[in-house]
Amino acid sequence: MTFEKEQKKNNLQKIFEVIKTMASKPSGLIGLSILLFHVILAITSPLYAPYDFKAIDPTLMLQAPSSEFWFGTDSLGRDVFTRTILGGRTALTVTFFGSLIALFWGGSLGIFCGLVGGKIDDVVMRIIDAFLSIPWILAMLLIVSLLGTTTLVLIPALGFFYGKGIVRVARAATHDVIAKDFIVSARARGHSNLSIIWNEILPNVRDAIMVEGAMRWSWMLLGFSSLSFLGFGVSPPTPDWGLMISNARGLMSFAYWAVLAPIFGLSSLIIGINLTADAFAKALGIDRSTKAPV
Amino acid sequence: MDNSVQTINNLTIGFTSQKGEQISILKNISTTIKKGETVGIVGESGSGKSTLALAMMGYVKHGLYTISGECLFHSNNLLEMKNKDLENIRGRKIAMIPQNAGQSLTPNLKIGYQIDEALKLHTDLKKEERDKKISELLNKVRLPSPEIMAQRYPHELSGGQQQRVAVAMALAGNPELLLLDEPTTGLDVTTQAHVLELLNFIAKDTGTSMVYVSHDLGAIAQVSDRIIVMYSGEIVLDGPVRSILKNPIHPYTFGLLKSIPKLTSPGLPASMSGSQPQPGTIKMGCSFYKRCNLSEDKCKNNSPNLEYIDDLNTSVRCFKYKELINVKETNSDTVKSINNDIFQNEILDISKVSISYAKQKFIDQLLNKVDDSNPTVQDINININKGETLALVGESGSGKSTILKSIAGLLKTKDGMIKFDKDNVLSNDLKTRDPGFLRAIQLIFQNPDESLNPNHTVEEIVSQPLRLYFGLKGDELKQKIIEVLEKVRLGEFYLTRYPRQLSGGEKQRVAVARAFAAKPDIILCDEVTSALDVSVQAAVLNLLQELKEDFGTTYIFVSHDLAVVRAISDRVAVLYQGRLCEIGPSKNVYELPSHPYTEVLLGAALEPDPDIKPKLVAEDIVEEKPPEQGCSFQGRCPRILGDICKTDVPPWQIGENGNSIRCHIKVDDLKKQQSIN
Repeated sequence: MTFEKEQKKNNLQKIFEVIKTMASKPSGLIGLSILLFHVILAITSPLYAPYDFKAIDPTLMLQAPSSEFWFGTDSLGRDVFTRTILGGRTALTVTFFGSLIALFWGGSLGIFCGLVGGKIDDVVMRIIDAFLSIPWILAMLLIVSLLGTTTLVLIPALGFFYGKGIVRVARAATHDVIAKDFIVSARARGHSNLSIIWNEILPNVRDAIMVEGAMRWSWMLLGFSSLSFLGFGVSPPTPDWGLMISNARGLMSFAYWAVLAPIFGLSSLIIGINLTADAFAKALGIDRSTKAPV
Repeated sequence: MDNSVQTINNLTIGFTSQKGEQISILKNISTTIKKGETVGIVGESGSGKSTLALAMMGYVKHGLYTISGECLFHSNNLLEMKNKDLENIRGRKIAMIPQNAGQSLTPNLKIGYQIDEALKLHTDLKKEERDKKISELLNKVRLPSPEIMAQRYPHELSGGQQQRVAVAMALAGNPELLLLDEPTTGLDVTTQAHVLELLNFIAKDTGTSMVYVSHDLGAIAQVSDRIIVMYSGEIVLDGPVRSILKNPIHPYTFGLLKSIPKLTSPGLPASMSGSQPQPGTIKMGCSFYKRCNLSEDKCKNNSPNLEYIDDLNTSVRCFKYKELINVKETNSDTVKSINNDIFQNEILDISKVSISYAKQKFIDQLLNKVDDSNPTVQDINININKGETLALVGESGSGKSTILKSIAGLLKTKDGMIKFDKDNVLSNDLKTRDPGFLRAIQLIFQNPDESLNPNHTVEEIVSQPLRLYFGLKGDELKQKIIEVLEKVRLGEFYLTRYPRQLSGGEKQRVAVARAFAAKPDIILCDEVTSALDVSVQAAVLNLLQELKEDFGTTYIFVSHDLAVVRAISDRVAVLYQGRLCEIGPSKNVYELPSHPYTEVLLGAALEPDPDIKPKLVAEDIVEEKPPEQGCSFQGRCPRILGDICKTDVPPWQIGENGNSIRCHIKVDDLKKQQSIN
C-alpha cells in the first residue's frame, strides 16, 4: 500500500480519470470505441447517407450487395446501407433518455426505501414485486396501444419498466451503508433524511446505481428493438433496426443481407454498451476480484 | 540432538508495487522455534506479524512472494515445497488457530462432525477410535459434557467455547507446532483469561511448540516463554519474556510498554509520537528513527543489525540499547495524573431508565401496550456532573452501548427519564428532541473506518456539524474547520484527504474533531480506543484528556478495558446484564471491597507482566438474558449467598471507600472474604 498524495479533484477530472482507467484494458477500449462509433454515427449519419431512406423503387427490389448498394436493397428497393446507418438514431435516443428516467426514479425510490425501512419499505417493495411479475412486454403493448407509439410515450414507459430493477439494486446498496456508524452519527447530530441521503448515502451508492443503469441501457435497447420488431415501436417508414429485421426476416433465405445489416448494427451496439458497463464497474472498483491484493 | 522445530533464515517477503519497485513486508527475519517452547510475536498492525505466522505454515498471501530466505521445518523448506507435500504437514505437523473461531467453523455442521473431519484428514484412526478421540479432545479443552457438545452447532456455543473447539480441532492431528493468530482478541476479559490458561495447560501437557501472535502484550505475557517484538517488518527485540517486559532494551518496546495503561498505576499512560512507517518508505537507516527519543545521526543513515547480548540472552536491533539496560522502572514520572476534584454541577441525570429490545406483538402495538417485564437494561440511575468523566464498564451484552445510544436519542427508552442540565427532560425520540440538545450531546464511535464517510474529505466531514448547528459558510467555515483540526493536532494539510489516506490514529482524531466542532457539553465515547494500536491509543487518550481540560467537556466513556478506564475516568459504573452492580470514584472501584462481578473482572484483567497472573474466580459462562428475578449476577457469582440472591433484587450499600455496591452480602463481609484471596 503506497501512500499517494492525492488531492481532491473536481468532477471533470474524476470523469476523465475513470474513462482513462476504462480504456486501459482491451475490453474496455473496444467497448468504448464501439459505443463512441455508434453515437457519432447516430448524430452525423444524415449528413452522408448516400440515398433517401424512404425512396421506394420497385425496379431495384432485393438487389444483392454491390458497389452501388453496399449492403444491397430491401423488398421495396430501399438502400439497406442508408437505412442501417440511420436505424440506430431513434433507438439510441429513446433508450438513452429512458435509462436516465429509470436511473432517476429507480435510484431515488430505492435509496428512500432503504433509508426509511419499516412499513413504507414493505408496502413499496411489494408493489414493485407485483409489477415485476407482470410480463413487461404485455404491459408495454397495452400502454402503446392506448397512448400511441410516439417517443413521448415510449421514453417514460420504458423508463418506468426498466427502473423497477434499479429500485432493488439501489435499496440493497443503501442497506450496505445504512448500518455504518457515519449514518448513525449523522442521525444523532439531527440531520434531516434528505440531507442524509444527499450527503452521506448518495456518494456511497452512486457507483453501484450508475453501473446498474449502464447495464439497463443495453437491456432497454433490446426491449425497444423487440417492440419495433412487433410493430409497436417506430412507425414506418422511419428506419429502425428492429423494424428492418421484422420486415426482412421472411425473405431471409434468399436476401440475407437485408436482415444481416441491422442485426449487426443492433448486436454491436449492445456488445459495446455491455463491455463499457463492465469496464465502468471495474474502473469504479465495484468488481472486487480485480482489486490489488495488497 | 537438534531440538528445533522450525528455523527461519533471512526470510524476506514482499510485493512489487505498481511502479515496479520491490517492497519488503518482512525483512531478513531469522529465528528458531524450539521444541516445547511458546514464542510470542508481538507488534502493532502492519508490523508483519501475521505474514510471518502464515509463512511459518508455508503460506504466502496472494500478491506477496518470497524474495529471499527460507523457512525450515525439520530441515524442509516449507516455502519451496509442493502443495501436495504441504498438505501432509499442515494440520498434522503444524496447525493454526485463527482469530475468529466463530467464522472459521462451518455454521451448518455439528461440532463433533467438524472435529471428526479433522481427524479423518490428519490421522489414520478408525470410526470408533475417532469417536473416542472426539470426546477426549473436547475434554482436554475443558468443554463441559463432551457428548452433548459434539451434537451442537457452532452458533449454539459462546465465543469462548467456539475458540475451545478451534483448539480441539487444531490438536486433532497432534501437531508439533501450533500457530495462534490473535486467538483471544474479541473475547471478553474473563473468557480471554480462561482460554489463555487453557493454552498454557495444553502447552505443558502435550509439549507442543506454540507461536502466539498478538498485539496484546498482556495476553502474550501470560503464555510465552520468549517474545519477539516486530516493528515495520523487522525483529527489533527477541528474548526471554521477563527480560523483555521488565527491562525492554529497545526504545520501541520501551515506549510501547509505557503507553499501555495499567491497573496498578492510575493516570494516563505516556504516548509515543508518530506512527509506524508504511512499507517501502524507509530507504535507509533505522525504521524507528523518526519516533525514537534516543536517535542520533548515526541512526538516520545506518540500519542497526540484530545484535545478540549474552548476559540477557536477548537480541536487539538498536545502536543505543546500552542506555536502556539500566533503566529498570518502566513507569516514569511523565505519567499525567487526573485531577480528582469534586464536581458539583449536575449536567445529566439518568433516572430509572429501562430499555427493551423486545418486539411488540401486533395486537399490543394497536393497544399501545408494552409487555416486557424483563428488559435488556433496567433501573439505571446515574448522575453525571459537569466536567466529569464517567466510565461504563462491562463485558459484551452488559448494555453499556445501549445506554449510550439512548442518551444520544438513537434508542427509545421504555421507562425512566434523562434530564439534561437540571430540568430539561430529553425527548427519547430524535425527531422531537430540541436541536440545541442534539448539539450538546455528541458521539464518538469505536471504529473510525465506519464512522467516517469514505467518500468525504476531512474538510467535508468536519464541516457537517458546523454547517448544521452554526450555519457557517465559505471562508468562515474553512477557518473554523482548520481551527478545529489544529485542536486535534491535524493541520490544514489534512483538509483534502480522504479517510482511506489516513492512519488509524489520524482517523480517530478526525472523528474527535467532528464531535468537538459542535461545541458539545457531553461527549459519548463508545469504545473509542479499542480499534487502535496501543501506542496510538495512548495518544488518543491524552488528546481527549487535554481537550476536556480546555473545554470543560463531560465524557461518558464506554469500554471493556478496565485499565483504559482506570486511566481516563473520574467515576466508574460497572454493569452486568443491563443492571448496575457498582458505581463509585474510579480510584476506589479498583480497591476492595467491591461487587463480586467487579472482583471477577479485575481478576481476569491481563497485565503486561508475567508475574501477575489473572485470578479466575468465576466460570466464563455467557448468559443469554438477565434472570427474571433476583440479582443479575446470580448465575456466575462466586460468592453467592443462597436463595435470597435468586429471589430478591439486592439493595444498594455504600462501602467505606465511597462506592455504592449492589449486593446482598454486607460490605464488611465482602471485604473480609475478598481480602483472604
